[in-house]
Amino acid sequence: MTGAGVVLITTFLASVVEAIEMVIIVLGVGAARGWRSTLLGAAAGLAVLTVIVAVVGVAIMAIPIGALRTVIGTLLLLFGLQWYRKGIARVAARGLAGSVEQRVEEGHVVSGTDWTAFFLSFKGVLLEGLEIALIVVSFGATAGQLGTAIFGAVAAVVIIGAVGFALKTPVVRIPRSALQLIVGTLLTSFGTFWSLEGLGMTWPQSDLDIVGLIVLYATAAGAFIALGRRQRQRMLLRAT
Amino acid sequence: MRTVVSFVIGVARFFYGFIFGDDWRVAAAVLLALIITGLSVANQIAAWWLVPAIAIAMTWVSLRRARPAQPSTNPGPRR
Repeated sequence: MTGAGVVLITTFLASVVEAIEMVIIVLGVGAARGWRSTLLGAAAGLAVLTVIVAVVGVAIMAIPIGALRTVIGTLLLLFGLQWYRKGIARVAARGLAGSVEQRVEEGHVVSGTDWTAFFLSFKGVLLEGLEIALIVVSFGATAGQLGTAIFGAVAAVVIIGAVGFALKTPVVRIPRSALQLIVGTLLTSFGTFWSLEGLGMTWPQSDLDIVGLIVLYATAAGAFIALGRRQRQRMLLRAT
Repeated sequence: MRTVVSFVIGVARFFYGFIFGDDWRVAAAVLLALIITGLSVANQIAAWWLVPAIAIAMTWVSLRRARPAQPSTNPGPRR
C-alpha cells in the first residue's frame, strides 16, 4: 500500500472514533432537548473550529488540548450526572414510559434557544472536531500527505454524520425517561474519560475504555433503579 | 447598564445550573475527586477509579436524600 493509502486509512479510522463520540452527543442531546438549539450549537462549534483551523493552520498542534479536555470533560461530567440522577429517579418511579406531555412538564421544551442543548452540542463538536484536526495534522503533516489526511477525516465525519441522521427517528421514539437516563450515562462516561485524560491519565485501551465506563455507569444505574423500585413498593405497601 | 447586569446574572445563573444543578454536593464531591486524581497523576499514582466511584456514590447519596417521587396522578393535558 502506498504512503497516501496508509495515511488515508489511518486518518479515516482515527477520525471515525472521534466522529462517533461527536454524533452520539449531538444525537442524544437533540433527541432529549430538541433539535433546533442542538443543531445550532453543533453549527456554532463547527464554525469556531473552522475559524481556529483557518487562522492557526498546522500550528493547531500548539493548542493545549489537555486543558481543553479537562474543562469540557468536567462540564460534561457534572451536567451528565444531573441527567443520570434524574433519569434513574424517573425510571425507578415511572418505569420506562414517558411522553411529550411529560417533557413539557419537566420544562424541556423551551421557547427560543435552549442554551443547555446549545452549549452541550457546541462543546462536543468543538472538542471532537479539534481532536480530528489534531489527527489530520499529526498523520498528514508528518507524512507530507495533508490533503489525503483531510479527505480521510472529512469522509469519516460525513459518513458517521449520515449514520447519525439516519438514527434520528428511531432515537426520538425512545421513551423520555429512558432517553434521559441513556444520554445522562453517555455524557457522564464521556465526561469522566475526557476530564481524566486531560489531567494526564493514560487510559489502557484508549477510547475503548469509554465503553467500559458506559458499562460501569449503566450497571450502577440498573442497581439503583432496582433498589429505588423496591423502596417504592415497600412505601406503597406501608401506605395501604 | 441594567441590560448588561441582567445579562451577566442570566449567564451566571445558567452556568450555576449547568454545573451544580439541584444538588451542589454531587458537583463539589466530583470536583474534589478530580483535584485528588490530578494530584495522584502528577505523583504517578493510578487513581482512575476515584472519579467514577465518587460519581456513583454521590448519585446514590443524592437519590437517597431526595424525597421519593409520588405516583403521577396527573392525567395530562386534554386533547
